[in-house]
Amino acid sequence: MDTLVAQLQRQFRDYTISLYHQGFLDDQFTELKKLQDECSPDFVAEVVSLFFEDCEKLIGNMARALDQTGNVDFSLVGSSVHQLKGSSSSVGAKRVKGLCVTFKECCDSQNFEGCVRCLQQVDIEYKSLKAKLQDLFNLEQQIVQAGGRIPQVDI
Amino acid sequence: MAGEVPNLEASKLTALVVDDNFVNQSVHHKLLDRLGIKNDVVSNGQEAVDVHCSGRNYDLILMDMDMPIMNGIQATRRLREMGIESKIAGVTTRAEEEEVKEFMEAGLNDFQEKPLTISKLVSILHNLEFYVQT
Repeated sequence: MDTLVAQLQRQFRDYTISLYHQGFLDDQFTELKKLQDECSPDFVAEVVSLFFEDCEKLIGNMARALDQTGNVDFSLVGSSVHQLKGSSSSVGAKRVKGLCVTFKECCDSQNFEGCVRCLQQVDIEYKSLKAKLQDLFNLEQQIVQAGGRIPQVDI
Repeated sequence: MAGEVPNLEASKLTALVVDDNFVNQSVHHKLLDRLGIKNDVVSNGQEAVDVHCSGRNYDLILMDMDMPIMNGIQATRRLREMGIESKIAGVTTRAEEEEVKEFMEAGLNDFQEKPLTISKLVSILHNLEFYVQT
């Protein structure tokens, strides 16, 4: 019969793999994990926390810019999208990054409806990723609290 | 995994991260730390110029392109005009040929596309002759 630790480790492994296979995360997230060590054991959680704060701020900027009905500054929206693309790329937030590419195209062609749609999707997507990563970090904590080691997962 | 990452602490290299995005600042700072390279972080080209005016000097500068107040191209040109001979590596998500050309012509020694990884940073260090890959 599996121990609690073994069960949790298997859950963690399966969940991590599913996040990559479903396109939520890409290789850059793996690169972030490589940077985590005994000196900075919470590095990944800290960086993704910064990323989600960035998402909130930039999405707020985009929403305000798009709210200026009849006088939307698309270059301002595009500038925030470019920022979001950069930071999502740096943490391996693959779906958010992909949406930013489409969003930028809408900004460049001054497609208001397209921009509004993209904004809604980006908002949903970053919140979805935030919840999933929180679940992942919770699993890590449970493994450690049960006396186990967090397994290395090869994607 | 640890064996793949070179430790350059003994070489006492120093670096400056120039990027307006907090996420990128954090990642680039940690990447350099991991390789044993002491580094400072500033948020735009003007701050990069100011820190050099205050007398600081670095072996390597990781310069983002798009930044407010003074962008990477302007900052690179300004630093070269000031006589700063540090190695400057441009790091940006923009990779259109014309944009890279303009950035290189401003005075870069190397260029890498973001996001930065350990292996891309090692490649920069190798290209700039700070590190010989064995």
